[in-house]
Amino acid sequence: MLVVMKNQSWPHSLIFDKQHLLHRLYTLQQQDRHISAETIVRVAGEFNLPVSQVASVVDFYSFFYRKPVGRYHMLLSNCTSCGYQAGKTDLLKMLCRSLNVDPGVTRADGLVSISETSCIGMCDHGASMLINGIPLVGLDETKVTRIAGLVEQQLTLCQWPQDWFQITRSIRQSGMLLNNTGSSGNSLTKALSAGPGRTLDMIEHSGLRGRGGAGFSAGKKWRLCREATGDAHYVVCNADEGEPGTFKDRVLLQCHAGALFEGMTICALVIGARKGYLYLRGEYRYLLAHLQEALELHYSNNLLGCSILGHAGFDFDIEIVVGAGAYICGEESALIESLEGKPGVPRIRPPFPVTHGYLGQPTAVNNVETFIAAAYIVTHGSDNFRMAGTEQSTGSKILSVSGDCRNPGIYEYAFGVSIQEILDDCGADNVQAVQIGGPAGTLVAHRDFRRRISFEGVSTGGSFLVFGENRDLLTVNQNFARFFAHESCGFCTPCRVGTRLMEGSLQKIVDGRAVAADIEEIKRLSSLIMRYSHCGLGHTAANHMLDSLRQFPGLFEKRIMQQAFSPQIDLEAALETARQITHRDDADAHLD
Amino acid sequence: MTNEANKAIDANSITIDGETVPFDAGQTIMDAALAVKIYIPHLCHYPGLTPAGNCRLCMVEANGKSVAACVTQAQSGQQVSSNTPELNAARLSITQMLFVEGNHICPSCEKSGNCRLQAMGYYLGMLEEHFHQFNPRREIDASHSTVLLDRDRCILCDLCVRASRDVDKKNVFAIAGRGIHARLIVNTASGKLGDSNIEAKDLAAKICPVGAILIRERSFDSPVAERIYDRQSISDTAMTEHVPRKEDDRG
Ligand SMILES: Cc1cc2nc3c(=O)[nH]c(=O)nc-3n(C[C@H](O)[C@H](O)[C@H](O)COP(=O)(O)O)c2cc1C
Ligand code: SF4
Ligand code: SF4
Repeated sequence: MLVVMKNQSWPHSLIFDKQHLLHRLYTLQQQDRHISAETIVRVAGEFNLPVSQVASVVDFYSFFYRKPVGRYHMLLSNCTSCGYQAGKTDLLKMLCRSLNVDPGVTRADGLVSISETSCIGMCDHGASMLINGIPLVGLDETKVTRIAGLVEQQLTLCQWPQDWFQITRSIRQSGMLLNNTGSSGNSLTKALSAGPGRTLDMIEHSGLRGRGGAGFSAGKKWRLCREATGDAHYVVCNADEGEPGTFKDRVLLQCHAGALFEGMTICALVIGARKGYLYLRGEYRYLLAHLQEALELHYSNNLLGCSILGHAGFDFDIEIVVGAGAYICGEESALIESLEGKPGVPRIRPPFPVTHGYLGQPTAVNNVETFIAAAYIVTHGSDNFRMAGTEQSTGSKILSVSGDCRNPGIYEYAFGVSIQEILDDCGADNVQAVQIGGPAGTLVAHRDFRRRISFEGVSTGGSFLVFGENRDLLTVNQNFARFFAHESCGFCTPCRVGTRLMEGSLQKIVDGRAVAADIEEIKRLSSLIMRYSHCGLGHTAANHMLDSLRQFPGLFEKRIMQQAFSPQIDLEAALETARQITHRDDADAHLD
Repeated sequence: MTNEANKAIDANSITIDGETVPFDAGQTIMDAALAVKIYIPHLCHYPGLTPAGNCRLCMVEANGKSVAACVTQAQSGQQVSSNTPELNAARLSITQMLFVEGNHICPSCEKSGNCRLQAMGYYLGMLEEHFHQFNPRREIDASHSTVLLDRDRCILCDLCVRASRDVDKKNVFAIAGRGIHARLIVNTASGKLGDSNIEAKDLAAKICPVGAILIRERSFDSPVAERIYDRQSISDTAMTEHVPRKEDDRG
């Protein structure tokens, strides 16, 4: 039973600290539509930080701007599912043309700016954008035309058709976790009566593995963290959900926030933490108010705060920190750097966050779904959980299915489900391949659709991208290569430079300028990036290339020129700068 | 040798390319290697500064896993391979990446002959840049009277950042920007070096492996052909490098 203690009060700054560096910069940018050099100096003064630290933070995150953006600032997703090129028309080009603006350049009157951004997690809603930070979904040519009109008329967003901003939950198939609606405090009550030791045993016995992608045992992580010594212990929920094609955490945050907070609180009980953080990706800022409310409810029900559920000495607070556009901040140590108000550059590991995490203290970082599963396990028992799934992958997995299928959305399956089964359920016919686990994951061709989803089979953090027979997979590779080049943090040479080189090599193939030696070069480059980079981003950045080359060699061969060598440089394109400088575009200024 | 003696060696030693190398607890593979004068190529490491692990030239195989020697702790019994054709080929490629990413016009660079990037190219047998040039546009900062910052040649090794912060205690530099847009910035309101308190005698002004941070009016102190790497290989000079120790300061 729930113990309700309405009289407890808590400062709102506990839930959302306006004085977090990322939040302060966001607020100031809201006022000025950019962060000026003066603002950087001022913030450095306020926070007593070096100017260079504030400047490096501003320059690291995609959603901070050094130059003013438009009063209507539109960021179109470039994901293969919710991106502006997901359909036939290039919607970015169309929108720019309609509004007479170049991508990435604010219009002279300051009214509008249009750019692209990495997947915004709206893959079940068709082409989408963030307009002044708010998701606007289901873009098509008609909508783009209307948007251009509304912008020119300068109507505020609340005067726009509100159904454009409607984010539906699209839960297509529920299993143990999604069926379990409403957080009652049950699991926390059970955990408290079992005590931290027995609760941890339960999590360990359940076989729960991390749902964010890597699949590390949650029980083992919590035990290592509990045993680590430090001044304080921290719980961190990774809601950065940046892997293109993943949107299950978005739905979980929307519909199961209560269970998530309970899961985090159970973790706090186990590891001995008094403070937890929810790191929310900047793309999901629109969920902030909802999450704050959900947290307030938890406080008023004494599921958070002091002496939780009457247990003297068990105090735990959860604070939300909102990111600012950086895929790398999903990597746990980069996330912690970001929490600490720094650029999201991954740390040297070991030491791992379980011993040296937030502020150098023992920290358990887990995915949203992992915490929700933990809460489920405590309520329903580990044996119940183990009944679903396979020996090495117990329980269920929530998938974000999108791409070329009739019913994109959220599907929960017991681990061990075959790819074909999922394709049947989501209404996908004539599929040539699926990309499982996002660009960093695995490409599975038609002949392997009997393979199964699990940590020992095909593993995924949730992204399941369907590619029908009409997709040009090479443009998919190109899209992924651009993604990694854009999201590389820039710390280490092979990834910083290599991902750019990869982009160029692919362009050469797409342009039909490549020769057989270029393919060998791509293989060599892939292995350099994957073997010698510093973190998981680099380690996985070329998976998609090697998978494609292995499984669809024909794709590449048919675009290869039958000669020994062709230069990397495209001479005609290289002359463009000269043409611009000389204001020439006549025939003699071109090669042929 | 008796089994006992064998064990004693194993307890605090690793092997590098088959050679037994002792180490002290807490030392990295790089520390252990340098202590016995085994050269593992590196650019962003400088003994005496906290290692960063960003250049990736010191990648070795430790028990079959690729790791950066400068940031990986030595562990008893670890078998490290470093001087292999495969790793040297990877190092060559990484060096070429650093060359094409910036604007390195060696013949017209006053650091030529004293430059560790160029010396690394020689050491690894680099004959061409292999990858296409990025030709980035980067800002030069000539605002300081004695120290020049030419970002065209910066390889983002972070050595000046660490030297300034940890040794000079001035915190003059930082790296900002993501991915290929990463660049060296100066920790002043104007972003200009002239407004910082850097001095030519600072370690940060001297440690740059390339010609990105230069002491002005010194370019021809030593004539071409008599410069460091005209006379020695980078594998030799690396053995003598260390941040000035406290005693040196006093002397
Ligand atoms: C480049 C990169 C991006 C990542 N993005 C995410 C993410 O968005 N969400 C997530 O939960 N884990 C992400 N991870 C994995 C985390 O580093 C970490 O393993 C995870 O949060 C641990 O939680 P779990 O064990 O519950 O999965 C990412 C890893 C890398 C290398
Ligand atoms: S692999 Fe890429 S993302 Fe990871 S540290 Fe290196 S540059 Fe940064
Ligand atoms: S200026 Fe020199 S020392 Fe500083 S990061 Fe660049 S290359 Fe390294």
